[in-house]
Amino acid sequence: MATTLFDKIWDTHEVRQLPDRSSLVHVDRVFLHERTGGVALTSLADRQRTVRNPRHVFATMDHILDTFPGRGDKTLVPGGEVFIRTMRKKALDSGIVLFDIDDSRHGITHLISAEQGITLPGLVVACPDSHTCTLGALGAVGWGIGSSDCEHVLATETLRTAKPGQLRVWFDGTLGPGVTAKDMVLHLIARYGAAGARGYALEFAGPAVTALDMDGRFTLCNMAVEFSAFTGLIAPDQKTVDYVKGRAYAPDGDSWSECEREWAQLRSDDDARFDLEYRIDCAQIEPTVTWGTSPQHAVGVSQSVPSPAAADDPETRKTMELALDYMGLVPGQPLKGLAIDAAFIGSCTNARLDDLRAAADILRGRRVAPGIRAICTPGSQQVKKAAEAEGIDRVFTDAGFEWREPGCSLCFNAGGEGFAPEQRVMSSTNRNFRGRQGRKSRTHLASPAMVAAAAIAGRIADSREMRTDKDAA
Amino acid sequence: MKAFAQHRGVAAPLLVDNVDTDQIIPSREMKRVSKLGLGDGLFAGWRYQYDGTERTGENPEFVLNKPQYRNASILLGGRNFGCGSSREHAVWALADFGIRAILAPGFGRIFRSNCARNGLLAVELEQTDIDRILAADGDTATEIEIDLDAQAIRLRDGTAIEFRVPQGDREMLLKGLDYIDYTLQYEKEIDAHVARDRQSRPWAHL
Repeated sequence: MATTLFDKIWDTHEVRQLPDRSSLVHVDRVFLHERTGGVALTSLADRQRTVRNPRHVFATMDHILDTFPGRGDKTLVPGGEVFIRTMRKKALDSGIVLFDIDDSRHGITHLISAEQGITLPGLVVACPDSHTCTLGALGAVGWGIGSSDCEHVLATETLRTAKPGQLRVWFDGTLGPGVTAKDMVLHLIARYGAAGARGYALEFAGPAVTALDMDGRFTLCNMAVEFSAFTGLIAPDQKTVDYVKGRAYAPDGDSWSECEREWAQLRSDDDARFDLEYRIDCAQIEPTVTWGTSPQHAVGVSQSVPSPAAADDPETRKTMELALDYMGLVPGQPLKGLAIDAAFIGSCTNARLDDLRAAADILRGRRVAPGIRAICTPGSQQVKKAAEAEGIDRVFTDAGFEWREPGCSLCFNAGGEGFAPEQRVMSSTNRNFRGRQGRKSRTHLASPAMVAAAAIAGRIADSREMRTDKDAA
Repeated sequence: MKAFAQHRGVAAPLLVDNVDTDQIIPSREMKRVSKLGLGDGLFAGWRYQYDGTERTGENPEFVLNKPQYRNASILLGGRNFGCGSSREHAVWALADFGIRAILAPGFGRIFRSNCARNGLLAVELEQTDIDRILAADGDTATEIEIDLDAQAIRLRDGTAIEFRVPQGDREMLLKGLDYIDYTLQYEKEIDAHVARDRQSRPWAHL
C-alpha cells in the first residue's frame, strides 16, 4: 500500500494501539530546557521514578537565561537562577548531557539538536517546547509536549497520542528574489487561517520547498505549529544528508552507509494519499508582514491593513477589531511606511546563518534609523562563531545593532526582557500574540531581511528595494 | 490526580478566539520551580491594572473580576482556546485558580492534552451549544452541571447538551489515574519494541 513519509516514520515507532484508539509511540530523543526540564526531573524523582534512557536525553538553557554579553546564571527573570541551577543539578544527577551556558555547543534547543546531529532523519523527537516541529526539516517527526508528557517520555521512552491526519502543502513554482521561507509560511497561514492544519501532520513539498536550503527548511517547519499542525516535515534529500554528515552525534562508518540507504526511502510514495492537500503558487508571495495578533493576520508588504467589515462571520470580525485596536492600526492603512520603535532578529524561527547573512546584506554600509532599538541574538554559539568568521557581527554592530549571546531572548520575554507598552517591534520570531514581547508591545512578524530593512528605514519597508547584493537569492 | 465525575459550577464567558497560553499565563508570571501557586498569574495581563510593569490593582472589566463570576469554576471559551506555547503552567494556573472545566468550540492540541493530565476537563462544543448555555441565563451568572460519566451538560432550564471527549481522557479523568502508571501496564511491550528496534535501526541508538 502506498504510504506517506509520516506513515513510514510512525509505523516504525508505534509500540501498540491503545483501547482509546490513541497509540503508544516510541520516542528516540528528548531535549529539555531550563524552564521545564528541572521541574520535570524533580517531579519524576519525587515519585521515585528514573529516566529510562538518559543517553537519549539532552538539555540546554535557552528560555530563562538572558542574552547579554558576559552573562551567567543571574537573569532578569524573577527567581530565574533557581531554574538554571535546578536544570544543571538535575541533568548531572540523571546522567543527561547538558549544553551549559559556557559550552561552545550551547544554543536554542531546536538549533543545537540539529547542529549536534542529535535529531536525525526518520527519528521521533520530543521537547517541552511547541516549536519542536522545526526538526521536521531533517525528515524527523518532532512535536512539542507539556510537562506531564515530558515526565512520561522520560520515564517510559514513549508518548501516548492519537495518530493525526495527513496534509500536504505543495509550494509550486519559484520564489521571487528576496522572498524567503518565512514569507512562504506566513502567506500559507494567512490564506488558510491559524487553525488550517489542526489535526494533521503536515508535509511540505513541491519545487519551492526542494529548492530551499536547510536553514530555510527549518524556518518553514518551525512555523507549522502556528498553523496548528501536529508537526511539519520535509522529505530528506541530498541537502539533508550533506547537512547531517560528520555532526557530533551522527552515525559514521558502516553505520553511515546504512543510514544513507534507509533515509533514501524516507519519502511519500508517488501515489500516497493525503487527507487534505493545499497548493500555493509561489509567484503570488511577496515579503509578508503581520498586522494583527495572530500569525494569520498577515499580508504582503505592498498591501494595506484589511477591514474587519469584510470578515465572513461576526467572531472573526470581533477578533480583527480587537487585534487592530491592540496594534493601534486602522483598516486600509498601508503597512509600508508604518513607523517602528524596535527591531529584533533572533529565535528558533530565524536566527541561523542564512538568516543573519540575509539581514547583513541589507545592513551592510547602512545605519539603523535614529531612535530605533535593534537587537540580534544568533540562535547558537556555532551560528554566532560562523557569522563572526564572515564579519557579519561587524556589519550588525556597525549598523547600530546589539550583537548578543544565543537564547530565546526577546521572542517572548525570555531572560526577563521585554519591549515597552505600545512599542512597535519588527521581529523575525514566530508569534505576534498580545504581550508576547512585553506587556502591550506590538509585534510585526517578518523575515530577517524585512526586519533589517525596517530597522534602517525606521519604518516598515520592502527589503527587496534595499538589497546590496542583487545577485543573491 | 483529582478525579472528575460530576461538577456543578458557575460558567464564566471569555468568548475571544485564539486565547493563547501567553494570555492564560504570561511568561513573566511563571516564577516557580513548582506546579502550585500559579493561580495568581492566571490571565495576569487582563486581570490586573498596571503602572509600567507593576500591578496596581484588579481590572474591574475582566470577566473573572465581575462579582457574579468571581467564583467561576468553568470557562466558556472561543475558538482555538489554549493555542500557542506548550507551557503546562497554563493548565496549572487554571487548576490552581479553581477552574475545573473549559467548554469551547476548539482547543490548542497540546493544551487539550495537558488538561486531562491535570484533572481539568476540556470539552469541545458547537458554537450553537455555547450560545445555548449563555442564553439560558442572560447576563447573570450561569450555573451548569457537567456529568462526565454521562457526557452531558445540564442547564438550569432542565435541558441538556451531549458531548464527547476522547475515551482515554475520560477514563483517566473519571478514575483520577496516574498518567505514567497507565502506560507502564505495557512496559514489557515497550521493552520488546526497543529491543527489536535496536536490531533493525542500530544507527538510531546512542
